[in-house]
Parts: sequence; C-alpha cells; structure tokens
Amino acid sequence: MHRRHLLAGATAAAGGAALPRFAIAQPAQARTVKYVPHANPGNIDPFTNTAFVARDHAFLVYDQLYGMNDRFEPVPQMVQGHVVENGGLLWRFTLREGLKFHDGTPVRGRDCIASIKRWGRRDAFGQELMARVADMTEESDRVFAIRLNRPFPKMIEAFSKVTTSCLFVMPERLANVDPFQNITEAVGSGPYRFVANEWVPGSRLAYAKNPDYVPVPNGTPSMTAGPKVAHFDRVEWHIIADQATAAAALQSGEIDWWEQPTADLFPLFLRGANARNIGVGIINNSGLIGIFRPNHVTAPFDNPAVRRAVLTAINQVDFMTAVIGETGIEGRPNLRREGIGYFAPESPSASTVGLDRLKKSVDAARSELQAAGAMGAKLVLLNATDLASINAATLVGADLFRRMGFNVDLVSTDWGTLVARRASRNPLDQGGWSGFFTFWSGVDHWNPASHASIRGHGANAWPGWPTIPAIEQQRNAWFDAPDEAAAKAATTEMQRIAFEEVPYVPTGMYYQPTAYRRNLTGMLKGQPPLFWNLRRA
Amino acid sequence: MFAYIVRRTLATIPVMAVVALFVFSLLYIAPGDPAAVIAGDQATPQDVERIRESLGLDRPYLVRFSAWLWDILRGDLGVSIFTNLPVSTMIQQRIEPTLSLMIVTLILAISIAVPMGVVAAWKQGTMIDRAVMAFAVLGFSVPVFVVGYLLAYYFALEWDLLPVQGYTPFSQGFWPWLENLILPAIALGSVYIALIARITRATMLEVLQQDYIRTARAKGVGQRSILFLHALKNAAVPIVTVIGIGIALLIGGAVVTESVFAIPGLGRLTVDAILRRDYPVIQGVVLLFSFVYVLVNLAIDLAYTLFDPRIRY
Repeated sequence: MHRRHLLAGATAAAGGAALPRFAIAQPAQARTVKYVPHANPGNIDPFTNTAFVARDHAFLVYDQLYGMNDRFEPVPQMVQGHVVENGGLLWRFTLREGLKFHDGTPVRGRDCIASIKRWGRRDAFGQELMARVADMTEESDRVFAIRLNRPFPKMIEAFSKVTTSCLFVMPERLANVDPFQNITEAVGSGPYRFVANEWVPGSRLAYAKNPDYVPVPNGTPSMTAGPKVAHFDRVEWHIIADQATAAAALQSGEIDWWEQPTADLFPLFLRGANARNIGVGIINNSGLIGIFRPNHVTAPFDNPAVRRAVLTAINQVDFMTAVIGETGIEGRPNLRREGIGYFAPESPSASTVGLDRLKKSVDAARSELQAAGAMGAKLVLLNATDLASINAATLVGADLFRRMGFNVDLVSTDWGTLVARRASRNPLDQGGWSGFFTFWSGVDHWNPASHASIRGHGANAWPGWPTIPAIEQQRNAWFDAPDEAAAKAATTEMQRIAFEEVPYVPTGMYYQPTAYRRNLTGMLKGQPPLFWNLRRA
Repeated sequence: MFAYIVRRTLATIPVMAVVALFVFSLLYIAPGDPAAVIAGDQATPQDVERIRESLGLDRPYLVRFSAWLWDILRGDLGVSIFTNLPVSTMIQQRIEPTLSLMIVTLILAISIAVPMGVVAAWKQGTMIDRAVMAFAVLGFSVPVFVVGYLLAYYFALEWDLLPVQGYTPFSQGFWPWLENLILPAIALGSVYIALIARITRATMLEVLQQDYIRTARAKGVGQRSILFLHALKNAAVPIVTVIGIGIALLIGGAVVTESVFAIPGLGRLTVDAILRRDYPVIQGVVLLFSFVYVLVNLAIDLAYTLFDPRIRY
C-alpha cells in the first residue's frame, strides 16, 4: 500500500464517513488496467483516422473477420470459415454463432459487407480488393458472399492486416456513413465496449469488459488471433503528453503500462527496476523503420542520381543511435538495426538485393553529387521538432547533407505544419520543400499492399510524388501472385528498382520498448498493444 | 455604480468582437491544414480536397468568418474537426479542472504572498526581508515546469505523499479533489506568489511611512492592527490590481502546469487543438479566455471601491 493511501485511510478512519468508499476502492482498482498510449487518438473512427493510436483503440472495441498471429498468418476470428469457388472468383464467408454488437444487435452479413465497403474506400489494400469486386451479397444473417471480376488471392491477408486501416466490423448503420466523415460512436463487437460518456478527448478513454463477447472457442491467443479473453473489467487510457510525468506516474504505480517511453528513460527504469517493480520489454517485433523522403518533383531530388548519392552517404547506425541511443534492454542488447532495405527485415517480402548501395561514404557521395551537377544545391529540409524521433533523425540528416555539399535550409516546425507544407508541389522559392524524415512501423513495410512510401504512382502517391511505373507494375504482380514464390519475386524486384530509382532512403530501424508494472502478465507480442489475455499477477 | 457596471459590460462587446476577428484572422493565415492531418498518409490529393470541402475550409475568408460569427452570436461555438464533439461540450468537460486549479492557486498564492510581503515590509532590511526577496527572485526565475518536476519527484515519488498527475472531480470528494491540485497549485503559484509578495512589500513600505501610521503608533495601536488593518487596507489597491493582472499569468501558466501534471483542463485542450489545427476548438477556447479576462478586469475595478471609499464610478 502506498504511504498516501495509508494517510488517506487514516483520514478516512478519523472522519468515519469516507471509510466504506476507501474499502471498496481497492478491488475495483485491481480490476482496472491503466495505460498511457503513445498519442491522443483525437477521432475514434478507425477508418478515417489512420493514426496507429486509433487502430489500437479499435482493437479493444471492434473485432475482425480474421485475426493475425505473431507469425503474421491470418486465422479465422469472427468467421467460422470460408469457401472459395469458381476459380477464386466467389468467396463465401460464414460468421460464428452468437456474435453481438455492444448495442445488443446481432452481427450479420450485411454489417460485414457495409464495413468492407467503407474500409475499401479508405485503405490501400481495401481499394485493391474493391477494384476487383463485382458484388457483395448477404445470403443469410450469418453468410455473405463476395464475387470478383478478377481473382484476389490476398483476400484473407487484407482482412487480417494489423496496420492502418484494419478491417473492423461495425454495425451497418455506422458503416454506411460517408468514409470521409468521422463516425462519432464506437460500437463494435470486440472484447471491450467504449464508455462514451467518460471520454474526455485528449485526456481519458475508458472501456468496460463486454459481457456478451464470445471468444474463439479454440486456439491460443497470439497477436490479434485466438481467443480474446478479457481479464480486466475495465481498461483506462490516460493521455499523458509529458514524458517525465508519464515516467513518474509509472514509477509511483498510478499507471500500469506506458506504451512508448523515450530512450533516455530506459536507464532510469532499469536502474530502479527492482525498487519500482517496472519491466521494460519489446512487444512490437516488427520495429519502426526510418526513412528520408525526397521530393521527386523539385530540384535537386528530381534527379535520380542525386537521390542515389544520398543512399551512398547514409549510415543507418548514425540515425538510429540518435533516435534510440546505444543502451539496450534485457533480451535485446541492441535496439538499433542497420542493413534495412525497402521491406521490414523479418517480413517475407525482405531481401538483400541492392543493400550494397548503402556505402556509408560521404566522399563517394560528394563525387556522385559533383557528377550530377548538384554540388551546393539548396535543400529545404522540413523538421517536426515536436516528435522526438523525427527531430533526432532530421538533425543527423541535416549534418550529413551539409557534409555532402548541399546548402541546407532547415525548417523547424511542428508535425501539423509539416503535413500541410509537404502537400505543396511548388518550387523551393514558392513554399516548396526538398525532403523530410519520418518513421513507419515495420508492419507498414511488411508487404507492398500497405507500403505507401515505396509507391510510384505520381501525383496520387504519398507526398514526394515519385513516378516509377516499374514499381507499380511489380506491386500489381504481387497482388496477382498465385503463391509465395511469385510474391517474393515481385517484392525482390521492387526492392531492386527502388535502390535504382530511390522513392525514399531507408535510414535504419529500431525497436521501441514498452514499460509496465511487473505485476502485469500475459502481455501479447505484436504490433498493436493488446488488452485481452492481460492480467494482474 | 449600476450604470458603470452596465457601461463596462456593454464595452466588452466591441472588445470581444475585436478578439474574435483577431483570433479568426490569425488562424486563417497560420500555416497548417487540418484536412491533410485528417486525411492521413494514404490519402490522394483528391481525398484531401474532399475533406477540405466537407469542412468548409475551401470557402473564402469573409464567408467563413461571417458564418462563424453568426454561429457565435447564436451561442454555437461549432464542432471539433477531429472529435466531432461540440466545442461547448469539450470546454464543459475541461472547465472544472482549470477553474479548480486557478482557484486553489489563487487562494494559496494570496494567503502566502500577502503575509509574506507584509512581514518583509515590517522587517525591512532584516534577514526575513532578504529571505522573502530571495524567494521572490527564485519564484520569478525558475520556470513552472522545473518547480513542477521537483515537487513531483520529492512529494510523489520519494515521499509518496501526493499523486504525480491527474485530476479527480470535486464530486468524488474534497480530499481526492484537493490532493491532485496541491502540487500543481504550488508550481503554478510560485511566480504568482513572488509577484504579489514583491508588490505587497513595496506598497506596504510606502504606506508605513505615512503620517497616519505614525499617529496610530503614537496612540498605542498594536503592531498587528497597524499592519493588517491600517496599512494593508490602504495598500490594497495596487495589490488587487496585480492579482487581477496575474490572472493572465495563471491562464498562460495553466497550459504548462496542466501538461506537467496531466490535468485535463483547458490549457491542454488548447495545446492539442493548436497541434492538430482544430480551428473551432482554438477559437472557442481563446474567446472564452478573453471573455474571462475582460470579466476579471471588471471585477477588479469594482473591488477598488471596497478598499478605497474615495473611488466612485
């Protein structure tokens, strides 16, 4: 018991009246897990809000047709199973019995169809699917069918994806809302229901255990697959923007789990681990991948030779050291990883093709820059100083670019301004930009479907707007790939082309530790922080 | 007096109109595009444009301003671009913590700073006076967040006496409410205490030189009565003025303090809204703060009549 609880108890005992409230407060506290996410979700629509934190919220409230285990294999979750007929052109799905939304209505095929349609408007993987869909029909309350114009072998992979936007199933009335308008209700069929009247945007979100939830009857909990058994009656998210405050709250036991502490705090936790009962570990094994995004439509990065010169100069370790430091944690002595190409190194898409282009040589890069006629060229480098990892990577990058011979104009601003400015395709002297550093989750780079930064579809591409038709061609080949070998061939070729055309420059990868009270057990490994299977020892 | 109050209240209307125009224009010219933030990384330029249209951000300045002003006049502060909740609801959710923090800080600051200033003036040139002045210099110099971290470290982590962060509504009990506010109020109040203590000391020194104080002493009036009844009452006008001006300090300081102690108040709401370019929320909160400040000034003006009967409106 904490000293201040003891004091509060003594005060209560002296006063008498408050004693019963204190007595019942303890068990309730024990049945609640308090968590600090890495950001504030803002809007709670899991399709319109593509931030990871919105997805993490959604995994509590909603369920998915298919889950994904920690080997990144799709496993039936809401569905009992599916059959594929007519040469892959007809997919028929049957829902499990007893699935209910939090408003008490049953989950029906029409809810799934409406959810797929809404998701298919916002998500890149979903858009690929919808481009091939002829129609979707509800055959009975529990059965729905999808008819395709062309086979789509990646259907189940798309339904089970864990990066934003994931396919979450919501009631038809909500799924029918325009995909470009936020829904303001969070009604799913997941293991926890959202307590809307306790929501204080930017401060607190609360979830209560869903007593009607029917977990998958068999299997083992693994990432988003298997039985989702909620052991806590209540989950509370506390948005604590200040890192030092979150660290102190974890140490004092006011919170149980802090998703993403900054690197400089690990020694504090590790040093005080025994005294404060804090554990530090990795749950996201896919890591976070850093990139430098050049602007392909303005000089000097409109020239592929200049982009390749950056590849020649880059030393991924320098960037990752600035971001996560040199200190490791128990079980992972080095949180940094170099030799990162265009796909997450643990993914089936990864290969070593082209990695030899990362020469770590500033001198060689200067020669390449000279040959390309870009020595002394002006760079407008955007930096979001409110995001620690991006700021650290950008400062290392600015120094590297100066050593290469660029004339760097470092524009320090906040992420909101950066996002607005990077939408400008104007020349540098008219508010344009040359490049910026950012991070993607490893699962975003798991396969070509969710990999926005590698794409080369010109004006419709992610800001930077590369036009690289050969990459798009290989991406399409991946969607049509009938087997793993064909898929691997497509991603290998994509990486080869990417190292030539350089849609972006990979700056390395790091593993983000999470910190928690040691009495929490059953924390599942995986990309989203998950609250089922979690319990207090 | 009544006519004065009515006149001053009516005078707030043009002030608020200017504030409204200023806030709206500032956000209009500020960089940032909420549509791009909402659209996310996988959106096409067409998607961003569509969101911009649906939010009305593509409309000309005057059309947007007049629509917003019309809504304000009808008491509608609009809807948050990100949460889709009414701005008035979001302000309602956040007003209690900020108000609580400011009230506790005010009570704490005044009850510490005024006696400190009085005693420093009484003991002018002594160690007590120097100690008070040294404290005032420290209060001015050390940033609120540093005081906050130090307090949290010792009182919460090391001695486990008070919570590190958070807020408990008053409806859940007086002590739970107060224990969350003690450290933030000390942190936020440190500058305020320094300011009031210095002004109190300076004004008291001036008043203590007056003839009527000498007369009171000659009549054998006790030291306590001289200080707190005769001198302090006459020194009150500048002190009250500084307390009023200090409300602006509190509003600004609340933003930092609420971040350091994770208090879900209006300060945090403002920062979050600015970072996301949630225009309706920023406009609503700034208008509210301006209105409160105008009211506080009015209240201070009226309070002068309590301390100085010569002042008449």
